[in-house]
Amino acid sequence: MITVESLEFRYAEGDFFLHIPELVIEARATVAFIGPSGSGKTTLLNLIAGISLPRAGRILTNDVELTSLDDGARRDFRIRNIGLVFQEFELLEYLTVLDNILLPYRINPAMQLDQTVRDRAARLADSVDIGDKLNRYATKLSQGEKQRVAVCRALLPDPPLILADEPTGNLDPNNKDRVLDILFAYATRTGATLVTVTHDHDLVGRFGRTVDFRDFHASVRRGAVA
Amino acid sequence: MSNALYLAWRYLAYHKVKTAILITSITLIVFLPVGLRVLVRQSEEQLTVRAEATPLLVGAKGSPLELVLNSLYFQGDVPETMRYAQAIRVDTSRLALVIPLYVRFEAQGHPIVGTTLEYFDFRGIRIASGGGLTMLGDCVLGARVAEALGMGPGDRVITSPESVFDLAGVYPLRMHVRGVLEFSDSPDDRAIFVDLKTAWVIEGLVHGHVDLSSPEARAQVLQRDSTNVVGNASVVQYQEITAENLDEFHFHGDQEEYPITAVIAVPPDQRARTILRGRYSSPDDLVQIVEPTSVIDELLDTVLTVQTFVIAAVVVVGISTLATAILVFMLSLRLRRREIETMRKIGGSRSSIGWVMVSEIVVVIVVGVVLAGGLTVLTSRFGSAVIRAVIF
Repeated sequence: MITVESLEFRYAEGDFFLHIPELVIEARATVAFIGPSGSGKTTLLNLIAGISLPRAGRILTNDVELTSLDDGARRDFRIRNIGLVFQEFELLEYLTVLDNILLPYRINPAMQLDQTVRDRAARLADSVDIGDKLNRYATKLSQGEKQRVAVCRALLPDPPLILADEPTGNLDPNNKDRVLDILFAYATRTGATLVTVTHDHDLVGRFGRTVDFRDFHASVRRGAVA
Repeated sequence: MSNALYLAWRYLAYHKVKTAILITSITLIVFLPVGLRVLVRQSEEQLTVRAEATPLLVGAKGSPLELVLNSLYFQGDVPETMRYAQAIRVDTSRLALVIPLYVRFEAQGHPIVGTTLEYFDFRGIRIASGGGLTMLGDCVLGARVAEALGMGPGDRVITSPESVFDLAGVYPLRMHVRGVLEFSDSPDDRAIFVDLKTAWVIEGLVHGHVDLSSPEARAQVLQRDSTNVVGNASVVQYQEITAENLDEFHFHGDQEEYPITAVIAVPPDQRARTILRGRYSSPDDLVQIVEPTSVIDELLDTVLTVQTFVIAAVVVVGISTLATAILVFMLSLRLRRREIETMRKIGGSRSSIGWVMVSEIVVVIVVGVVLAGGLTVLTSRFGSAVIRAVIF
């Protein structure tokens, strides 16, 4: 479950200001964040993930108040509990598909890479039809395949929360559906919470709940001072 | 740590060209000054060993360095010659074993060393195949010469003219290869040894032709009186010394006046050495006596000074190369900012991400240093052979 209370956030530079009095996302929910660009959707994802910290207010992610944790603890929490999917895939060009999927296990000692994990990564890749491309460099893949690799990377640690920032933004219609199918199937199978930022209103119907950031119009203010 | 190393390795393997350039830079930065020092030290050793094995050298006054380089390493310009009488002078003093040297001519690019049989005992070199010098016109080849010319006992080697424009010069001499010396890892390997008299034959001071006093040579006589016979231009000098024509070879003039380039003097003890040196201390003397070690030490002092400048230059180049390498690393970090940000967002720990970046530098430096170490080992192992090839 995600709970946001009296949230205030602004970047060090610029006039962006986000204020969310209250937002609750239940466990196992599938939620789409929609709204115009610059309305704070990605910012809220970052706050929920503990990547950014609010100026004021509380955020409980999976019942853990991330603001009470130090940077190292937040990172450990994130890598264990949150699967992040980005619009630009953010794959490492110098790694193969398999190494990209295994990346979370190589960049934090909280994750132990062993044969079980490798086997799971291979099965995960098989399940999204990239099992035959494990030794290819990510740069040699199509857009849809890249995003499937990125999704595998996010899902490999079996996170109870998936935060996807426009995961279908760079994909053709077929791949859009395919990537969402994978994410929804995972959420259904594991009972994970899925929060996705999207601009694609055709996809909104697939989500159990929509949070329209225009609802925060009184809260998302430009140039406002807390 | 192993994961960081793995990721760094993957990054470096993917960016092969950049990695190769960085590793090459680091390798050269480390190897150049170290390798240069190793080479210089080995050069010193090579030069010093030979000099230390040669107690004293007597030669015509002039450049001591020229004298030493010619007499010990058979290199450089030919020093001023002196009369063979100077060898007799040392010998009659009974202060040293005398080994005369006449190092002036070449055969097929290899120096010809005119000397006496004592030279071989003095240097401790033995015959590997064939025999020693027995007759005028014989020669023995140093091991490298035999290898280079593909010659052995029974072959003939022809002397080279001192100058291609020396039209009035002496005829080349076909020398008989009597033997090949054992490999001695010294300049002797690259020389052709002949008896001193053969060296004089090469110069034309000793020559052989048909007996002009015989009735058969009447057509070749230009002028004849009671004491002297002058041959005309049709008198052909022998270009090869054989058992048949050996008796026709004869000296012209006083042998004591014949030229040599140096005398190796081997005093039995320090006292004899000091006395002998004292005998050449007069400024009016036409010859000098030198200790090769002193001459080589002076040369090495100069080399060391040059080496210091070269190393200083290499260090400056190294610093600028290092600065460039650091710049490349910094630019690499900037280019990888997005990658670092992705790792941070996913939940990569600060230390792990830091290690990934540091490992890239560490791997490059370690590989560069290891390669430089390998090159240094190769240099110390094979450098002396290269040095010999260059300076001997």
